[in-house]
Amino acid sequence: MSQTTTPKKQGLVRRVLSNPLGFMSALMLSLVLTASALAKLITPFDDQAADLYNIRVLPGVGGHILGTDSAGRDILSRLLIGGQLTLSGAALTLGIALLVGVTAGLIAGYFAGWFDTLSNWLTGLLMSLPALVVLLSAAAVLGRSLWIAMFILGLLLSPAYFRLVFTAVRAVRNELFVDAARVSGLSDFRIIGRHVLGAVRAPIIIQTGILASVSIGVQSGLELLGLGDAGSSSWGSLLSDGFNNLFTTPFLILWPALVIGITALSLALLANTLRDELERTGPRFKKIKGMGKTAAQIADDAAEIATIVHPAPTRNNETPLLSVKGLAVGYPNGQGGIKQVVHNVNLTVNRGEVVGLIGESGSGKTQTAFAVLGLLPAGGRVVAGSIVFDGNELVGLPLKMSRKFRGGRISYIPQEPMSNLDPSFTIGTQLVEPMMKVLGLSKKDAKDKAIALLTRVGIPNPALTMKKYPHEISGGQAQRVLIAGAVSCDPDLIIADEPTTALDVTVQAEVLDLLRDLQKETNTALLMVTHNFGVVADLCDYINVMQDGRILEAGPVLDIFQNAKHPYTQSLLDSILEGGPARGAYVAPKGN
Amino acid sequence: MLLFIAKRLASGVGMLISVSFLAFALLSLGSENIARNILGSTATQEDVNTLSSQLGLDRPFFERYFDWAINAAQFNFGESWTFPETVSNTIQSRLGVTFAIVIVTILVSLVVAIILGVTAAIKGGWVDRLVQFIGLMGYAVPGFLVALLLVTAFAVQIPIFDAIGYVEPGTSIGGWIRSITLPVIALAFSGIGSVANQIRGSVKDSLGLDYVRTLYARGLGFNSVVFKHVLRNAGGPALAVLGSQLVGTLGGAVFVEQIFAIPGLGQFTVQATSVSDVPAIMGLVVTTAIIVIIVNLVIDLLSAALNPKVRLS
Repeated sequence: MSQTTTPKKQGLVRRVLSNPLGFMSALMLSLVLTASALAKLITPFDDQAADLYNIRVLPGVGGHILGTDSAGRDILSRLLIGGQLTLSGAALTLGIALLVGVTAGLIAGYFAGWFDTLSNWLTGLLMSLPALVVLLSAAAVLGRSLWIAMFILGLLLSPAYFRLVFTAVRAVRNELFVDAARVSGLSDFRIIGRHVLGAVRAPIIIQTGILASVSIGVQSGLELLGLGDAGSSSWGSLLSDGFNNLFTTPFLILWPALVIGITALSLALLANTLRDELERTGPRFKKIKGMGKTAAQIADDAAEIATIVHPAPTRNNETPLLSVKGLAVGYPNGQGGIKQVVHNVNLTVNRGEVVGLIGESGSGKTQTAFAVLGLLPAGGRVVAGSIVFDGNELVGLPLKMSRKFRGGRISYIPQEPMSNLDPSFTIGTQLVEPMMKVLGLSKKDAKDKAIALLTRVGIPNPALTMKKYPHEISGGQAQRVLIAGAVSCDPDLIIADEPTTALDVTVQAEVLDLLRDLQKETNTALLMVTHNFGVVADLCDYINVMQDGRILEAGPVLDIFQNAKHPYTQSLLDSILEGGPARGAYVAPKGN
Repeated sequence: MLLFIAKRLASGVGMLISVSFLAFALLSLGSENIARNILGSTATQEDVNTLSSQLGLDRPFFERYFDWAINAAQFNFGESWTFPETVSNTIQSRLGVTFAIVIVTILVSLVVAIILGVTAAIKGGWVDRLVQFIGLMGYAVPGFLVALLLVTAFAVQIPIFDAIGYVEPGTSIGGWIRSITLPVIALAFSGIGSVANQIRGSVKDSLGLDYVRTLYARGLGFNSVVFKHVLRNAGGPALAVLGSQLVGTLGGAVFVEQIFAIPGLGQFTVQATSVSDVPAIMGLVVTTAIIVIIVNLVIDLLSAALNPKVRLS
């Protein structure tokens, strides 16, 4: 065991030290620790000896490196000797907190039952009072001893360790390997020691760094309030001296304040660096510079233009509503370069047309859709190509400018209805707000229109649904709400990203029917992103087949179905023909 | 909802009884020392015994606790041993001062933390690192050091603000603002960072969520999406941190009131504990516990108001 962990541990220490902040804080801490430990060797003066010829002298005078205080005592000696006191006090607190917290956590976690209940109740009790009030009250009766105060602070801080260990034990307790270990004859004691303490060692070290800084802070604070021995040289007493002489010798307060601040900050920084290094899995990466495509990538894209285009004589040749040319989308690959997920995509959508973009998950179809919307996920960006919508180039448009197209001109129907509604606002608010912003409607008009839309998309009780929150309606209803939202601002183009995939089969057909009807009524263009050839056959005029970020085949829907040329398209078609029963002819619902 | 509040108040009363009993027991542990502490080390044993019986310290423990508890239930914490006024009156007159400082601190922390947290989450880069560093500083560097620094810099060296004392807002609004500016900065220092980091984290998580993209796709702008939708969803966890920060601020007020000589509860705590004034300490412990219980209840109600999925029961 020790052989396997030692190199890993060394690696961690080296990683922490190679981090500039980690190195600085470790250096400061070792300086403070060494200087305090070797206090007698470093400074020739006794911390209590008064140099009556040099009272309140500035740094350097009379051999006093940091000067003297109002009693003529050497400040540096007091700081260094004080370091021994203060750091031992902090060590006592940490020792008590560790002993009580870890032991209680192990027992409560492993044996559960009443001990668990009691510990949690006690923890709640301890949290209900500020630690300082408890410490001050305790000092009132137990006397003004710094050591007693630090002992009590240890008890007050122990819940921090308790919770860490308790959670870890609960997690390990139910693992199968614990039963296996028990069957093979290991004692509970050894099981806990091996599996639990191994798991919580790192978090405990991190927590200790943080609590050490807290305990130095609280200790100095108590002494500042006058709870320490008046004559002692601990950092808090020096701070208190400085405060009492603030108006006569302001520099007195500087040194203890600096030492306390630096020590506490270094401890916290070191703990933080350690946490960062533990959480980091891979090596550290350099910052990503320019995101443009390299010449090699462009050549690669050009070589891959192999889209099989079926002639489309019935497609009108007016200026297309949406024209995507040579689109490439990339993400940072974590090594300073980019990973391209969409390559040289060409796509057109005419007014009033339903165009399918079909492919399996990971084919880049959704990335293409997000690129058109100007809403690529964090890190992603268009690295080449153009997206022209109604004569406007959308690539490179800042968020503010592209905003005037979204909602009003191009709208979006997402795949997962539930996660696409804001859980904290009612359906009504989420429908009304964009209409007021985009169409400039009054609140009342927007509300009326929202109710009309909800009625149109087949929501049974629209006025009531307006007041509901997303978690109070079904997935099918939520998708209808999102469709109502997408058509609410009378767009020219709707991008629907797998609008039926997340729904039950029966609801899928209804939602598709609704989409078809709405599209016919308003003559809006629809870009249908899907993996389902059934959906494509049902709705689309023209389709594009996508794989690995490239469009393989494009053409009118019937041509592709009857005469697919690319083997991939063929395999997709085969899979649906063999898979389930063919969809019957479309029958319009009654009353339509 | 009413049932929820009633339940929480009932459990709060249980907590108060536990806290007060434990505190009373702890304070009785040292009842031998108390009279000695008050009279000083030069007093004779006879005088110490007389004072002990005068203060009722020689009566049985449970009898004393029940007497105290019955009075305390009527907000009567008895006569102070060292202050001229009753404990309840002193606490009442000082509560307002501490409240004013703590509430202003919390409001300032909240506003600054929202600005810092949102900026860090969205801009990333150096702003992000700076906010994380401020959070760490606030956690590690004790608030009283900041208070001392501020006093030295802005009240002693460059006297812009009043170093000490408190001006009632009724007396002079300008004076009040001047007198609380430095204390509020010192108190807010430790809280801003952790609340800002919480907001930074939740906003960063929310920005990648589906509904945020959909809201943008519906034509909403950055301000509306971030400050109305994202922030509201990030609000719950931030409120919880703010609540614990408020409890921490009550503790921090002890230092800050002492350093700036502000006649609030914190200063009273230091004075009462330094002379072992048991009735005053008991009154302060119970008052603090009541404030903490109410703060936690209010935080839970606010979280429920922000998040419709939380059902109070």
